[in-house]
Amino acid sequence: MIVGLSEYLTVAAVLFTIGVFGIFVNRRNIIVILMSIELILLAVNINLVAFSVYLHQVTGQIFAMFVLTVAAAEAAVGLAILVTFFRNRGDIAVDDASMMKG
Amino acid sequence: MHGVGVLGLQAIAFYLLSAVMLGSALLVISARNPVHSVLFLITSFFTAAGLFVLLGAEFLAMLLIVVYVGAVAVLFLFVVMMLDVDFGSLRTGFARYLPIGGVVAIVLLIEMAIVAGAVAKRGASAGATIAAPTDVTNAEAIGRVLYTDYIYFFQAAGIALLIAMIGAIVLTLRHRPGVKRQNIAAQVARTPAKGMAIVKVKTGEGISE
Repeated sequence: MIVGLSEYLTVAAVLFTIGVFGIFVNRRNIIVILMSIELILLAVNINLVAFSVYLHQVTGQIFAMFVLTVAAAEAAVGLAILVTFFRNRGDIAVDDASMMKG
Repeated sequence: MHGVGVLGLQAIAFYLLSAVMLGSALLVISARNPVHSVLFLITSFFTAAGLFVLLGAEFLAMLLIVVYVGAVAVLFLFVVMMLDVDFGSLRTGFARYLPIGGVVAIVLLIEMAIVAGAVAKRGASAGATIAAPTDVTNAEAIGRVLYTDYIYFFQAAGIALLIAMIGAIVLTLRHRPGVKRQNIAAQVARTPAKGMAIVKVKTGEGISE
């Protein structure tokens, strides 16, 4: 029983789907939405690393590292915006956040 | 143990780690308490690091634990615990968006499963086997490529992190009015003439302003 590339791709696809599903069902809770985005990026990373290992190219792991960097930056800025939003409104329900609407 | 062998152990580890990772990912999006969500996110990243070790990408596995479990998850935990929000009220749309979310998820999953199957069976990755361990360690292999071919991208990643740090600080920094701060220059520049006054007080009268 050998674990092939397709098994890893399937697991990553399921993880990606869980992330997208999480964004849909938690539309009001922006913290869980941010966590779902992290799950989606993790699925992408699994794909990149699996391809990198099975195609004997280290480039995929470099790309996974850059994805990790950008994900960390995104989480930091996203949570900072969330804290500012909470300070201004006293709530984090995002579906009625329409201050920027003209 | 004779019947299992190394490949069997690898498969058992793969399916165990995958099951734990997907199960905790489901709990991330369905937990009532966001603190539990963050904890399941940590479990998810930990088991994903296990999968990376299984693949032979040890450096990224350690990076995942250091960056995600050590920094990002703790950041999430801080924010969740600091914000005084009624999280129960934020779950009201759960049942309403369940059907459409489920439809989109199933369509997405079928599409990606078809593509994954096709990619794994044909093209450059058909019949590809996992890279055999060599003398060069994983970290060294990454370093050889990262600091030569991808040096500009590496620097750009550093600048992106710096900008994110400055952005987060600028967004959350605020100057509250009415907060007393120590002004050292004003303290040092204070002279005896400004700082005190000698008053002659008559007996029984006291001082009036």
